[in-house]
Amino acid sequence: MGRKLLLENDHIEGIRKLDVYRKHGGYSSLEKALKTMTPEQVVEEVKASGLRGRGGAGFPTGMKWSFIAKPAGVPRYVVCNADESEPGTFKDRYLMERIPHLLIEGMIASSFALGARTSFIYIRGEYFYVARILEQAIAEAYEAGLLGKNIMNSGFDHDCYVQVGAGAYICGEETALIESLEGKRGNPRIKPPFPAVAGLYGCPTVVNNVETIAAVVPIIKDGGAAYASIGVGKSTGTKLISASGHINKPGVYEIELGVPVEEFIYSEQYCGGIRNGKKLKAVVAGGSSVPILPADLILKTAAGESRLMTYESLADGGFASGTMLGSGGFIVMDEDTSIVKNLWNFTRFYHHESCGQCSPCREGTGWMEKILHKILDGNGTLADVDLLWDIQSKIEGKTICPLGDAASWPVASAIRHFRSEFEEYVRNGKSIKDVKHYFRLHQVAEA
Amino acid sequence: MAKVTIDGISVEVPDGTTILQAARMIGGDIVPPTMCYHSKLKTSGGYCRTCIVKVTKGSEKDPRPMPKPVASCRTTVMDGMEVQNLTSPDLLEARAGVVEFLLINHPLDCPVCDQAGECDLQNLAYENGKAGTRYEFPRREFERIDIGDKIQLHMNRCILCYRCVKTADQVTDGRVHGVINRGDVAEISTYITNAIDNDFSGNMIDVCPVGALTDKTFRFKSRVWYTKPMDAHCKCTKCSGKVRLWYKGEEVLRVTGRRDQFGEVTDWICNECRFEKKKTSDWTIEGPAHIDRDSVISANHYESLKALKADIDRQRKALPHGDKVTLGHGALDPNNQ
Repeated sequence: MGRKLLLENDHIEGIRKLDVYRKHGGYSSLEKALKTMTPEQVVEEVKASGLRGRGGAGFPTGMKWSFIAKPAGVPRYVVCNADESEPGTFKDRYLMERIPHLLIEGMIASSFALGARTSFIYIRGEYFYVARILEQAIAEAYEAGLLGKNIMNSGFDHDCYVQVGAGAYICGEETALIESLEGKRGNPRIKPPFPAVAGLYGCPTVVNNVETIAAVVPIIKDGGAAYASIGVGKSTGTKLISASGHINKPGVYEIELGVPVEEFIYSEQYCGGIRNGKKLKAVVAGGSSVPILPADLILKTAAGESRLMTYESLADGGFASGTMLGSGGFIVMDEDTSIVKNLWNFTRFYHHESCGQCSPCREGTGWMEKILHKILDGNGTLADVDLLWDIQSKIEGKTICPLGDAASWPVASAIRHFRSEFEEYVRNGKSIKDVKHYFRLHQVAEA
Repeated sequence: MAKVTIDGISVEVPDGTTILQAARMIGGDIVPPTMCYHSKLKTSGGYCRTCIVKVTKGSEKDPRPMPKPVASCRTTVMDGMEVQNLTSPDLLEARAGVVEFLLINHPLDCPVCDQAGECDLQNLAYENGKAGTRYEFPRREFERIDIGDKIQLHMNRCILCYRCVKTADQVTDGRVHGVINRGDVAEISTYITNAIDNDFSGNMIDVCPVGALTDKTFRFKSRVWYTKPMDAHCKCTKCSGKVRLWYKGEEVLRVTGRRDQFGEVTDWICNECRFEKKKTSDWTIEGPAHIDRDSVISANHYESLKALKADIDRQRKALPHGDKVTLGHGALDPNNQ
């Protein structure tokens, strides 16, 4: 157990540099693809690997690639979604910061597979220093003939560009990302048409997460079957998990899919247990938008089986008793955490990040935040909790993009699993209110 | 051709037709309401979510239902598709939710709003909304701004339908306004303090479904239901010259484009026709215009008072203790507000 495919070499000094990266086997996958494989074979290997999109939705990558339209005379684009903005998720930053060439190698190989002459890495504005690291790496790659014309004498030409966004969460939604990349306001587009048919500049486009594109490198190296042999069922390969919260060892971990959640939280290899010997209260397993689960449901499914870190196991029980693997932003909360305060924080985020294009999300996210603020202030009523539930149900599924869902799910799950805490705030609101928190609440609300 | 069934009524439509257009071909109550969609404006629609419908059968080939309600204005029909609008209570509840969202930050200043009486949001709230509000926080506020000497923007009333942006993009040259900021503080605004100044900018007023963009030459002159619409035309070198004149007595208070039964402008008109030609002698009158959609105008001018009374009775029954409410003397007098 514990094989690493992406972060195998991240401890090596200077791995950020091209010569060190190549010394440790870097760009050998690209060479293999360019010299010994056809683009179709690369797509087949990715299909065989069972790789699923690592950005959150978990859509099979090979299938996504096979959907790309191939009209003659129309360019195709590969876009890397490095707009990692989901609260609790920081794996892509780590990967790009440490081993930028892994992403660039993956970009070139993916573009070869999809027949794209140009690719873009769209990175969030807050990661400006990471963008510089990527640009340096790209410059090195151009110098070494790994980008540009006739890469490795294979006849394949490719250019890769880094585009820095302005720090909007919504630009991580693939069609909003494309709009932003075109220089427009980052509003999600209405689908269909899907980007695979009409994406960037109206041309067929594939948008993939950083980790997904990086995973193409080991898939080419060892073959899709070898990748698929890791993991459980339809959750194959390894996954980067950003572990944060009240644990002894927060950080980015590469796990083989299928590790039990209990082992992930308590083993020394990973999170190292709950900080200060406290008890586990709840976990948000895949970034702030996925449903929060109380300790008993995150460790075991409703049917009493041990929950594993896989797409299927975490989703077991639907939203009634399950959650999602999402982007792998694993936030652990100990017994002292207030779920209501935490929910207010998440909801404030979605309110701030709603693009304002469609009405339920534009108006509903702000409304939910105001109600939570009122409850935290000690002025809430039991009717407010029901109202909150009703509002989230009217946002979910009624919006153009998944941001509306992402804003509703945390609210729904917090009320579903921790209703008593809301009621406690309503009954004893004034006395629960601790001074430090109170000032913070009002500082933020006024800012 | 594709066969689509909406609320049990089937219709054959050309491929590529949207569900909304198919519903409009059937006509009647089953047509979903729209706020942001405008058939003359490309890429409009999909934002307001009032036209959502439930697709219970995707197509003959793939009969799976669609998992979420879809925006009927932007979803094309498939052969064998089955759609529920009025027949789905869940959907009506969802739509009422959308209406509530649109109204929580709307100032509801209808008594002083020029759009009242011909307002799409008023119609929508009347037909699909609830009587009370559950929103108890201060509503968001913006300063009123003049964009050019003929148009005033009152952002408080805006529902961000993007119609004016698309009109400016597609009908006029050199758009200088758009949406700035995001989320619930997003607003329509001009680039720095640019004035909107071109020959067709006035059409933005006509496409605005609410009272956010108003005609400064008409502001506070009259309630729309005191004015009488007449279709008229003139020979204009810039536009089609087909307009609607709004009379009060002998005086033309305003000139607008003509709208069809769904409230959509049929012909774009130029600013000269709209703002400068306010004498009857400038126009060839075709006759009174019939307006279906806007309840207040039609009730006063064209519909029988019987229909209006039936409507009031229907509303009164819906209210708690409604049977005890009596109408004051003269309530049905057309000259009484």
